[in-house]
Amino acid sequence: MGDLFVLAISCIFINNILLAQFLGNCPFLGTSKKMETAAGMGMAVIFVLVMAGIITWIVDVYLLKALHVEYLRTVSFILVIASLVQFVEMFLKKSIPALYAGLGIFLPLITTNCAVMGVCLINIKEDYTFLETCVSSFAYAVGFGLALVLFAGIRERINLARVPKPLQDTSIGLITAGIIALTFMSFKGMV
Amino acid sequence: MAQSLAKEFTKGLWAEIPPFRLVLGLCPTLAVTKSVENGIGMGVATTFVLVFSNLLISLLRNVIPSKVRIACYVVIIATFVTIVELLMQAYTYELFLKLGIFIPLIVVNCIVLGRAEAFASKNGPVLSVADGLGMGIGFTLSLASLGAVRELLGNGTITIWGGTPIFEMGANFLPFQFMIEAPGAFVGLGLMLCMMNIVGKK
Repeated sequence: MGDLFVLAISCIFINNILLAQFLGNCPFLGTSKKMETAAGMGMAVIFVLVMAGIITWIVDVYLLKALHVEYLRTVSFILVIASLVQFVEMFLKKSIPALYAGLGIFLPLITTNCAVMGVCLINIKEDYTFLETCVSSFAYAVGFGLALVLFAGIRERINLARVPKPLQDTSIGLITAGIIALTFMSFKGMV
Repeated sequence: MAQSLAKEFTKGLWAEIPPFRLVLGLCPTLAVTKSVENGIGMGVATTFVLVFSNLLISLLRNVIPSKVRIACYVVIIATFVTIVELLMQAYTYELFLKLGIFIPLIVVNCIVLGRAEAFASKNGPVLSVADGLGMGIGFTLSLASLGAVRELLGNGTITIWGGTPIFEMGANFLPFQFMIEAPGAFVGLGLMLCMMNIVGKK
């Protein structure tokens, strides 16, 4: 139990998917202009990432490794993720319309979010057990949401400031992200 | 024909150079540019995937039904990524280890899918190859230049290929460790973007 807790903490803070591993940076910069969209994207990622992590782990262990076709990993993972996203979208639209209204537009974007694919690959690379895969997928997704919401909060304030012209928009966003990454570095050595 | 061919090729090198002008494909840009060598390796791998996926998608553009096109593109791209992965594992094993997880992640690099959707699905094979090649070379140049800045400041060396530096700072050089750590990637790219804006606007 203690091990799983340590794993969760290290996935959320120390190896934060956005700021330490550089995965999922396109939606990080794309959806962080407003707090609302950032929160929606964060929720959608948590939802899909946990499911994708679990399913790709099962596919890898019981299909790819059992049949010795590990080289098909990239193709099969992306197919799993793409169809999962499509399925989740249809399922939510039919049965939980309120949640669909909130997450709807972010779901298709998740297919090309490298955080999802990246975490699935990390789970396999680190040889996690099933339980560890569940914990790490969830924790990485929470770390993603946390960093995204923090960043959106700061970015909303930057919009009110007078930024020099060449630095505007993405440029100042990246420098801000760098400073947030610097603060996240101080979590190193916590575990 | 020849003129538009040149135009499609050169737009990737300056006017729409990724990832600076099109803010796409940031993850590999930030993650692998600890050295020039990694940047070039990643850039070349992405170029290969871009050129061949553009070619195949443009050849098949009239066959693929538009409703399932994204799924088809993703499968085509994933196939070429697997080829690159196996080739790199066989011939450039050290680089393969260094780039690690980012090679399979070329699949979800927005530049590749972006060019497939925005260009190759509407244009002929020759133009699409020119577009993919231009974008790929532009991407490689961006990665190499960001890698050069980070490696020079953070490590005091510049390594193009094979692990031996072609340029080294003197013994008095104190490495600016910040630049090769995670925050340095964000700040470095942010400042380069700023410089591109200053140069480009004039």
